[in-house]
This record gives sequence, structure tokens and C-alpha cells, in this order.
Amino acid sequence: MQSRAVWPLLALAVILIVDGIISPNFYDIRIVEGRLFGNLIDILYRAVPTALVALGMAVVIGTKGIDLSVGSIAAISGAIIAWRIQAGDPHGLVLVWALAAAAVCGAWNGALVAGLGIQPIIATLILMVSGRGIGMMVNLFYGGTDPSFQSAFLQGLSTGSVLYVPTRLFVFTGLFLLLWVLIRRTALGLFVEATGGNAAASNIAGVNARLIAFVAYVICGLMAGWAGVILTADTHTSDPVSVALYIELDAILAVVIGGGSLAGGRIYLGMTVIGALVIQTLTTSILISGLPPEYNLIIKALVVLFVLVLQSDKARQGIAAALWRRVRQ
Amino acid sequence: MQKETPQSAVTMRGIRKAFPGVQALDDVDFDLGASEIHALLGENGAGKSTLIKVLTGALARDGGEIALQGQPVEFASTGEAQAAGISTVYQEVNLIPAMSVLQNLTLGKTGGRFGVISWRRARAQAQEKLDRLGLKVDLDRALGSHSVAVQQMVAIARALDAETRVLVLDEPTASLDAQETSALFEVMRSLKERGISIVFITHFLDQVYEISDRLTVLRNGRKVGSGRTAETGRQELIAMMIGRELGEVEAAFAGERRAAEGEPVLTARNVGRKRLLQPFDLELRAGEAVGLSGLLGSGRTEMTKLLFGAIRPDSGTLEMRGKGRVGASPGASLEAGMALCPEDRKAEGLVGELSVRENIVLSMQAKRGWLNRVSRAEQEKIADEMIRALAIATPDAEKPVRQLSGGNQQKVVLARALASQPRILLLDEPTRGIDVGAHAEILVLIRKLCAEGLALLVASSEIDEVVSSSDRVVVLRDRRKIGEISGGEITRDNIVTMIAGNDG
Repeated sequence: MQSRAVWPLLALAVILIVDGIISPNFYDIRIVEGRLFGNLIDILYRAVPTALVALGMAVVIGTKGIDLSVGSIAAISGAIIAWRIQAGDPHGLVLVWALAAAAVCGAWNGALVAGLGIQPIIATLILMVSGRGIGMMVNLFYGGTDPSFQSAFLQGLSTGSVLYVPTRLFVFTGLFLLLWVLIRRTALGLFVEATGGNAAASNIAGVNARLIAFVAYVICGLMAGWAGVILTADTHTSDPVSVALYIELDAILAVVIGGGSLAGGRIYLGMTVIGALVIQTLTTSILISGLPPEYNLIIKALVVLFVLVLQSDKARQGIAAALWRRVRQ
Repeated sequence: MQKETPQSAVTMRGIRKAFPGVQALDDVDFDLGASEIHALLGENGAGKSTLIKVLTGALARDGGEIALQGQPVEFASTGEAQAAGISTVYQEVNLIPAMSVLQNLTLGKTGGRFGVISWRRARAQAQEKLDRLGLKVDLDRALGSHSVAVQQMVAIARALDAETRVLVLDEPTASLDAQETSALFEVMRSLKERGISIVFITHFLDQVYEISDRLTVLRNGRKVGSGRTAETGRQELIAMMIGRELGEVEAAFAGERRAAEGEPVLTARNVGRKRLLQPFDLELRAGEAVGLSGLLGSGRTEMTKLLFGAIRPDSGTLEMRGKGRVGASPGASLEAGMALCPEDRKAEGLVGELSVRENIVLSMQAKRGWLNRVSRAEQEKIADEMIRALAIATPDAEKPVRQLSGGNQQKVVLARALASQPRILLLDEPTRGIDVGAHAEILVLIRKLCAEGLALLVASSEIDEVVSSSDRVVVLRDRRKIGEISGGEITRDNIVTMIAGNDG
């Protein structure tokens, strides 16, 4: 556990140090208009949606699955929010509706994968493609004229602050702890890892591998739903076409940077959050550095590749051996 | 047999090959005569495939010599073996169904300039290959539109070229019906007449007698016998395949056989599933060890899985005393107090990436339900207890289970079952592929569990193991339960006679 955690943390530290060199007041944190303000806070603040999705993704990847539809699920839960607010529901209930819709989406994926036995990448591709369309149809329920809304409650969850700290960090911490208890303080984590490691053997051992996979997709759907709530409340408008676009890719990357393997069998919740922070720190750093934003994606890709190579024992040994030869010559 | 005959096509001497934790081939000799069909027999894990892979260069041997027509050879790859005239057709047809017969026959053999295929020449060559086997197949039809038998023949045609001296067929008849099989045999005979030697791997004894000139039997990585097929009786052959001299431990047990006593804990009535196992009746009693004997493919594994609910029966009822109907799913069976240690450790037994501890607690955790987690301290205590009780050789409980040797992995599977505190334990090949020491330990353990009041069903391909460790023996043949013997009737000869059937 310790040795594996070193590399993503090291990558995060290196990026932050480089940031400090590029812009000397990078670490400054001030209080502006009753809340903390600064680059570090900004990174945490912006990383929340990706980190939420990545946590759910970590569970699904633990079962040897994958969920490409998380962005679409976020779009659907966002569309549900705008629709139910327009319909006049109390805003607490609106939140329940949005999350319920996300859970139903997760259950749909779970049914395709665990029930019908469709390959996860194909099964979730269906909702990935159709989900944003569903979101746009939900917008039409109230005429499709103006999908924006005002909600003190929901916007408070997303963009508000409590005791100088952004509210969404509390929301995130709460959800993280909830998920951690669910995975590590019940036997669900063991069952997910056993299912991902060897579904046939888990079945013989008495674990209902299909039910476990189903549950994993529901959890992933719910986490994506929360990301949809945070993102939609932030812009207070339902925008199914572009909300959480490509978030599935960042989430999968976060899981992998955190040490998760697409071959399944292990869940690392804490490291997944670190993975999401690495990605967000990188994005923020590029913006701050003054480089044209066009470089953003390429640099991000290079750094991610570098972190992944660092994680591979074989690659590290190869690089070390090559360097050693250089030194001796 | 040891003398080298000049007309030998292949001579293998003292072949050894070890995999981590298991000696797959131990000093094996194999002689393939010129233009003969030679059946290679043995149970799962006997070493048939390994021997073939060593012959065809797919695996490097640890020791021993191979000679092709008297000349020592050393193959670094299957390509070299093929160039020397040894071709192999594997069990699954390794061709592409969506492509045409012509494309399949040409695939990977395109020697055209700049890699460009001359289809005209390819067509002529493909036709020649088919003619060699006397096959009439439309070259342009998709391979997948032909029957499995034809696909198999095309695979053979593809493997054969003008230089082929030795053809290896790995279970070619496994998915063929009787008519297709006889068509395949026709082709095999005509190849033999043209001077090609054929190694024929199968587990259908009837086919061995129908087609082969000689046979060799492997068991646990050793050659146990070979000879002319016509001179080898069916009973003798079965005894070779699944017989074994009694070890000390087992001999000691054979004396203390006990009569069945008490009420049955598990009662199967008419349980079966089409094509897997004909409906059977079976009772398991507390404190009694029931052996399950039969050849490979007779339905041993299927019976254990049907009883456990890992395969859902399509007929009959399964009742457990005090629990009513059971067998709906592995989870339900586990909850009712059953546990299964499956035959295939790697595929169905263990979660290789998880630690020894996690594997051991998996079943008991599944029994307790996901909400009632076994605490880490408790997990460690149980794992340590099991590691001590079963003498599992591992530095600690946190080691990934895939890094353990075969025998120790088997013990972990057993530990997992025992940790769930079952009343009925189903063991499928508990001693397969493990070393002699672990073998004896597991037999001692089986006996001890039984004395503690567990109901045991032990499926085994080793007849002497069944004889020595069972109070009652169920015999299977051709996916049918053909009888049950107990007490003094349990002898090796009796079981062999039952397995061989009337025509033996």
C-alpha cells in the first residue's frame, strides 16, 4: 500500500512545486467575501465533480467493469433538476429526484452488464450515447424554452460556503466517508474485489457475483448523479449537451493514476481522489502558467503517461538501469 | 519398448518439464512408430498437452531428448517443428469462421513478393491441400457456414503440407457426432497409408480401440504404460489411467471402513441436467465419506456442481435435513451448510490477486452476508488458524494466493470451505496436481473431518484413492450413475469392472 501510494503523491507534489516556481504566490490563500480564496482551494473546488465520478468508477473498475455513461448520467440528473424545479417541487425533493434518476441509470447499466451479460464497455456505451439525448428530451417537458433555474438550496450546495470553506468540499467529504464505510466497513469491498478478480470462483465461494456487479453500477450511477447536481447547480442551467463532457475519461484516468487496474480486483478509494487531484492540479497549473490553453490536453496527456510509466515496476527498473549505464560511462 | 526401432518417426526419451509447484512431466518416454496411429491417453493434468507442446516446440523442456527419424532435434518454436515435418491441430479450431475456406488455408502462409498475395497461386495451393485429404469443399464459402467436422478437416488440411511426417490431433473428436467422427477416421486412415504418423489425443475409449494401433498412457506426469492397442484390454487400460498403488497413508485407511449410519443429511432424488448428467438418486450421511469414481468426462464434476447448485438441475429435487429444498444457487447452498471445492483451482477455486486471508474468509463472509463484516482481527485469527491447521506453506496470510504452490493453493480452497463451517463438503479432485506430501496430508484431513461428523463427497480420478478413503463409492459412466457399492465390495477390480461396462 505504502510503496504504491508514493508515485501519485510524488507526481502531485512535483506539479505543485513547479507551480510555486512559476508563480511565487501560487500557495497564497486569502479570505474574500467570507470564503477562502486561492489556487489550492480552487483546485480542490474544481476537482470535486471528477473525484465524485472517479470514486464510483473505482468501484465499477474493481468488478472488472467500466462505465462510459457517467457524463450522460450527470446530464440526465441535471435535466431532472431543472424540470422538477420548473414543475414547482420543493428543492429537497428535487435533489432526491435527480439522484433517483441517476440510480435508475446505474441500474440500467447494471442490468445490461450483470443481467444480460453484455460487455461493460458496450453496455454503458448505449447510455453514453443516448443519455444526453434523454437529457434534452427532459428539457422539452416544460416547453424547452428556458432550462435555467434559481435554487438557493442547490446552488448553496455547489457554490456556497460554510465557515469560509466551499460547501461542495463538505458534500464531497461526506460522500467519500459514506462510500468508504460502505466498501471497507461492510463486506461489499471484499465481494467487489473477489468478483473482479475471478467471478467464477467467487460464485462457487457463495458470492452472488452478478448482484455485486449490479450494485457497483448503481453506486457509480449515484456518484455520477451527485457530480451532475454539483455541476448543474453551479451554472444553474440544464445543459445536457456539454455538462460533464469527457468526465468519464478523466475519471478512468484518476482511477488508474490511483493504482487501480482495468483488469479489476482492487479498489483504492483514497488514491483515486489523489488521482483526480493530479489531473485537476495539472489543468489549473497550465492555465496559470500562461501557456496557451491549446497546450492543455497535450501536456496533460504527457504527464499522465509519465505517472503511469513511473508506477510500472518494470519501466522504473529499466529507466534506472539505463541511467546507471550513463553515469558509469 | 525401450529399444530404438529404426522405423520410429519420433522418439522422446526421459522428457522432464516442471511448472511452478508441479512436475508436469517426469522422465517420460514416448515412441511414435512410422505410419501408425498412436493414442495418447490420460486424465486431466496427466501431462498429455505438455508432452505435445514439448514435441512441437511450443514449450522448452527441462531435460530429455527428442529424435525425429533417428536424428536428434531441438525445436525453439512451433515454426521450426513444422518445418521439420511436425504439424499440430488443436482442440478448438484455430481458424476464422467469417473468412472463406481459401482465405483460411492461405492465412499466415503467404510468401508472395512484398507480402502481396497471388490469389491465383494461393487457390491452386489450397486446392492441392484439400485434394490431399480427398476433401470436396467450396473454397469461396465462409468457413463458418460448414459443419464443425468440415472445419476440423480444413484445419487438418491447413496443417498438412507435402513435408508433413507427423500429425498431432489434440481431441479432434470432442465436438463431433458419430458420423462426423467416422469421416475424420477415414481421413486419418488414408494419411496413415501415405506414411504419416498420427498422435491422437482423446478420452473416448471406444475411439481408441477403433482407430489406434498403439497407445501410451500418462498419469500425473509419468508414463504408466504403452503397448499395442489390440493387446491391451479395456479393464487394463482403465486401471492404467486411474489406478495407482496405495500409499502408506491410504493403505492405513482402507482397513477402517465403516458402515453407513444415521439419517441422510442430503437427499437427491432424480437430480440431473440434459446432456450433462442423467438424473440420479444420492444420499449423503453425516460422518460418511462417499467416493465418486469414473473416467474423465463421465460426469464427476457435473455431479458435484449439480448438488451444489453451481449448475442448475433441470429435473429432480434436492433436500437437506432441516433445511428443506436446496440447490438453487451456490450462495443458497452455502447458507444451508454446503461447501464445494472445485476441480479447477485457477478458474473456479481461487481469486489469485487476493491474499490468502481474503480467500480463506470469502465463503464465511458470503454466508454471514455483506452487512455483517468479519472484522480484520477476526479475519487474521481465522486465516492464521487455518494456515496452522492445514499446514499451508506461506510466509504470511497477506501473500497473494496465486504465488503459492499448487498443493498450498488446494489447501487454501479447502480452508475457505472449512471456514464456512459446512455440514456437507463436496470435494472435486482434492489431490489433483499436488505433490505427494500434500496429497497424504489432504487425505488425512478428509478422514479427520469425516470423523468429526461431516458428510463428504469426494470425486477423484484416482481409483485407489477412492478405494482407500471412501465408506461408499458411487460409480459413473458416460454421464450416468451406474451404481453404488459399499463395505467389502469396494475394491479396485469391482470399480474397474463397473466403469468398463459389459463390453469390457
